[in-house]
Amino acid sequence: MTLTDGNSAVEVNGIELEINTRGSGRPILFLHPEIGFDRAGPMLDLLAKKAKVISPTNPGFGKAKAPPNFNSTDDLAYLYLDLLEKLDLRDVAVVGTGLGGWVAAQMAIKSTARMSRLVLIDAFGVKNGDRVTRDVFDMYYVTEADLAKVVYFDQKFTERDLSKLPDEELYAMARARESTSLYGWKPYMHDPKLKGRLHRIHIPTLFLWGAEDKIVAPDYGRAYAAAVPNAKFELIDRAGHFPHVEQPDETARRALTFIEGN
Amino acid sequence: MRVFHFTEQPYSPAWVDHGGALRITIPNSKCDPKLAGDLLHRYYDEWQLADELGFDIMVNEHHSTATCMASTVVVTLSVLARITKKARLLVLGYPLAHRPDPLRAAEELATIDVISRGRLNMGFVKGVPSEFTPSNANPVGIEERYWEALDFIVKAMTTHDGPFNWESENFHYRQVNIWPRPMQTPHPPVWSTTGSKHNAQRLGERGYTMATLGTGYATKPLYDAYRESYRASFHREPPPDRFGYLGLVAVGSTEAEARRRGELVADYLRTLPFTPAPFRNPPGYISVDDNVRLMKAGGRPPSRTQTKDGRIINMMTGSVQDLIDAAMMFCGTPDQVYNQITQFAESCGGLGNLLSMTHAGFMSHEDTVENLSLFAKEVLPRLKEYKQPNQAVAAE
Repeated sequence: MTLTDGNSAVEVNGIELEINTRGSGRPILFLHPEIGFDRAGPMLDLLAKKAKVISPTNPGFGKAKAPPNFNSTDDLAYLYLDLLEKLDLRDVAVVGTGLGGWVAAQMAIKSTARMSRLVLIDAFGVKNGDRVTRDVFDMYYVTEADLAKVVYFDQKFTERDLSKLPDEELYAMARARESTSLYGWKPYMHDPKLKGRLHRIHIPTLFLWGAEDKIVAPDYGRAYAAAVPNAKFELIDRAGHFPHVEQPDETARRALTFIEGN
Repeated sequence: MRVFHFTEQPYSPAWVDHGGALRITIPNSKCDPKLAGDLLHRYYDEWQLADELGFDIMVNEHHSTATCMASTVVVTLSVLARITKKARLLVLGYPLAHRPDPLRAAEELATIDVISRGRLNMGFVKGVPSEFTPSNANPVGIEERYWEALDFIVKAMTTHDGPFNWESENFHYRQVNIWPRPMQTPHPPVWSTTGSKHNAQRLGERGYTMATLGTGYATKPLYDAYRESYRASFHREPPPDRFGYLGLVAVGSTEAEARRRGELVADYLRTLPFTPAPFRNPPGYISVDDNVRLMKAGGRPPSRTQTKDGRIINMMTGSVQDLIDAAMMFCGTPDQVYNQITQFAESCGGLGNLLSMTHAGFMSHEDTVENLSLFAKEVLPRLKEYKQPNQAVAAE
């Protein structure tokens, strides 16, 4: 089957996936971060100038609750591998940010048969430090308002009056918060087995990292990248945990350069 | 009507310079273990006295907090099972959603039922929002985990013909076969708390006892939701003993003395704000719809505590008079307290169990003993004789 531009629903293994498609050209599978698609628009439009960007919504983040027994990034990874198969896509560049980066890594350790490039942006998923070191900032140890101050480098992104946002955005925020916890509460934002399996990734892989990320610091990304054979690691200046929000032009440019490179 | 003496076993010495956090983040350097021991011994003495005076007993559990030293209520129950004689021992509650292992819960509670010679009431709760941080249980999916754990415990306590197996998404056990089995048959009574009609109905279907806290004169609609589903399941009216209500109790030989004790016991409610904000609403604890409502309201849930004339009060900041008006507190001379309690019971269409917070905060041993003794002498005998309102009429 082929996707039409805009929003569509695709059934994969009995799960109805909400998918947004934009642009044309080689396929990019964009996996959204823990805040859902909030503020991802500019980045997606920039990618869509050079590629066909396919963006599924994780079960639980959209209108439907996650199906029973669906509670790990492993479940998401198999779902999206099945999606690539259903759409019969090849040479797919998988771009994931935050939680989406974790899902992208979980896909790549299983099969890269339909993938040719992997871009992980400020991705969760591994544990590097010792048992008393929390590698990922405890996002539940601060209020939502204070969390935003940690997440963003440019504090203008933290100024948001929730009481003035439309219902649709509030629902998306509430679902995203709940579903992030569904997939990442314990073990907290990582899979203890992932790091030992990253050696299986043999496609060109780029780690893009906000130089000012305080949720998962650049050193976390460097250690993550070091576990993937021949992976590149690059910093995006003046960006915190979400470079795709704070520096969409630079983030999209670097991702596309890598995806289109030889 | 039964009356259960309840204290949260506070470590009140730390309530002085807590800097805004009495829970979750307050360092335990503020706890002097010697003083903690003294206080716990005292609370056990008071429960023993309550037992002798004809009260039943209620205990609970909280984590990482100076407001409640029972971090594992099984310890409290174990001691009480041995040192008390007559009182029903109500745990309300045992926080199932924080616990990874319902088999362990079944074993602990069955043993306590045996030691107490069949005096246990098993109150199960999901657990308060802020304690998903210390327990690190995922707050998403607690509803399903809670009910499954409860079903498992009941099955473990009622299976007597050898081992059974249990494999589900949440729990995996082989050859379950608990020893000893509980004294009460088919199992100790199950209780739970709720503030929602949906859960009240769920409890009514099963005939479990429901208790509420902080609902004041808005309690009856919750009880009615229970009654409706109980009738559908059992084809009769639920007896009054299926309902419990937690109230603060301060009695005095004069009104002035009672008011002074009322101020002391109100400290239980007044410490509620000292839970650091990040832990009050973990993801998935309340529904997406409720979260959206909360965001629109600026992050503060609206108070639902209602007085008899429909006024909403804030139980954390309300005066003793506000708390009396809302039936959050029963406070006054013995006659006044008896009238307040029975008037409230009438408004609920019947109430079989008063969960009486007869000690809280800084209330001294002498005040607590006097509060218990006066209540036992002047109020309790009349409540035991109290004739519940006609159920059929009340249910209309």
